[in-house]
Amino acid sequence: MTFKVAIAQINPRLGDLQSNLALYEEKIHRGVKEKADLLLFPELSLTGYFLRDMVPNVALKLSAPEIKELKKLSREVSFVAGLVEESSDYRFYNAAVYFEDGEIRHVHRKVYLPTYGMFDEQRYFARGDRVRAFDSKFGRIAVLICEDLWHPSTVYLAALDGAAAILCPSASPLRGITDQQVQDDNARYWELINRAYAETFSLFVIYGNRVGFEDGVGFWGGSELLDPAGRRIAKAKYYDEDFVIGEVNLEVVRRKRTMAPLLRDEDLDLTINELMRIRERPFQTRKDQGFKSSKVQKFKGSRVRGKKGKERLRQRRISLGLKQAKGRKKR
Amino acid sequence: MMVQIPTNVTLLRQILVSFIRNEVEKVGVHRVVVGLSGGVDSGLSAMLAAEALGPRNVMGIMMPYKSSNPESLAHAELVVRKSSIESLTVDITPQIDAYFERFPDADQKRRGNKMARERMTILYDHSARWNALVLGTSNKTELLLGYGTLYGDMASAINPLGDLYKTQIWALAEAVGVPEVIVQKQPSADLWAGQTDEGELGFSYREVDKLLYLMVDERYSRPELVTAGFPEKFIDEVTLRIMNSQFKRRLPVIAKVSQRTIDRDFRYARDWGK
Repeated sequence: MTFKVAIAQINPRLGDLQSNLALYEEKIHRGVKEKADLLLFPELSLTGYFLRDMVPNVALKLSAPEIKELKKLSREVSFVAGLVEESSDYRFYNAAVYFEDGEIRHVHRKVYLPTYGMFDEQRYFARGDRVRAFDSKFGRIAVLICEDLWHPSTVYLAALDGAAAILCPSASPLRGITDQQVQDDNARYWELINRAYAETFSLFVIYGNRVGFEDGVGFWGGSELLDPAGRRIAKAKYYDEDFVIGEVNLEVVRRKRTMAPLLRDEDLDLTINELMRIRERPFQTRKDQGFKSSKVQKFKGSRVRGKKGKERLRQRRISLGLKQAKGRKKR
Repeated sequence: MMVQIPTNVTLLRQILVSFIRNEVEKVGVHRVVVGLSGGVDSGLSAMLAAEALGPRNVMGIMMPYKSSNPESLAHAELVVRKSSIESLTVDITPQIDAYFERFPDADQKRRGNKMARERMTILYDHSARWNALVLGTSNKTELLLGYGTLYGDMASAINPLGDLYKTQIWALAEAVGVPEVIVQKQPSADLWAGQTDEGELGFSYREVDKLLYLMVDERYSRPELVTAGFPEKFIDEVTLRIMNSQFKRRLPVIAKVSQRTIDRDFRYARDWGK
């Protein structure tokens, strides 16, 4: 299966739905003209990013006329829109909606809402509670929004859920100046993880970032399309509007996974068991456990010789949560 | 300890030019006015604006007082010539002297602040006349140290230099082509004869920039700064300066009585709808 993906690296107006909707329309027409099958818009690009108290004013119920308009547009090309979704219980989500053939096929609500440094998302948005891959007419894909990707667990889940491509709408601010680099330090980091994810999980990473400034904060653009070998199929300009197209060939996923079947070999039970243990008894350092020294003693075989030694080791393993104490009910 | 403040001039230039273009045009205008003191900050600001908007859309306004160093005006004119921007000279002597005739015992600080605020009103007047924004010139070092006049030289609509330390300003100014004599000279507010920033502050920009960079950008704690080799007295003096000038970096404090108070629970970006 081969399809063409376009990324619209746009500069939306903050809090101006109508003007951004017009911008969407323009880019969708361009996508159609350039024979794209799938078009990715950046995070919150229908509304602008630093919305603050504007959130309830630009939020859209999925029954809103603007959404109907977007559905109509998706008859020509599938696309991911970045917007504020209002649920029936009046919560506002930083959402990415996948439109296909005149319908909504999937909604991803951003799970990890940055609320530190310059970010305030958790103040304004409700948190999404699921990570799901879904079937599109281009195969199984997943949508994750910006900060979601800074948590490897989301990509891990999407990959195990069968995604052959991750679509990531982003509104990533430029920051950190480093010598001898053509991009800021945040851009460098994103490119590093995008590539690492593509190779690690043998899937396509389609990253769509915005540009422009909001109250002096600039967005670095640099949208990109990477194949499972970490090769850049398409790359947009830094710090400037752009529109790029690249081809996604799912055969590449097959080939990569044949050569290195890492996902096939993934031990889900082990992961689940260890996660359950960690949730039950979060990792403790030796200091937390009351030891004076944080140094871990070198394991000496002689120490565990004999009944006493074995018992001591057993107790230690119980205290570290590696072993269950006798008599405790098994779960 | 060697402290190197990263100064990628190519990238900074690209970002700041893009910032000026974006933030000016989204307001629906395409021009800026900037006060030209003859110093490196305003020279750099003006030249970045000329690159972003075209020199014909930038007006450098020179506002000397009778006791200003004639060199300042000459240097400002160098910038105008080099960048081909529009320019205007407004001598502020008559209005300043008229005012202080009534308050003849005012000290240098009051006179200096008054001049800075007089210049601000001229910039804002011409921004209205020319349908332009006032372009700021305060750098991160002086903003953090509070070394500026509130509602005077600190006032502007947009400021491309506010996140750059003086050390970075010098490097960028050189790269952008601010005349060398301006980049090389001792920084001075030129509020009285022989005044220099570093003389008045009591330390050099290069030294304090290193300290500020580690303290603010890298979040070094006091013990870490001591270990890095900064004298305790210096650290404490600078810390106190930052704390005591916080008011200059904020809007006036509003007494909260309603459910929604401006800037506390009435929160909107300035680029609201833009």
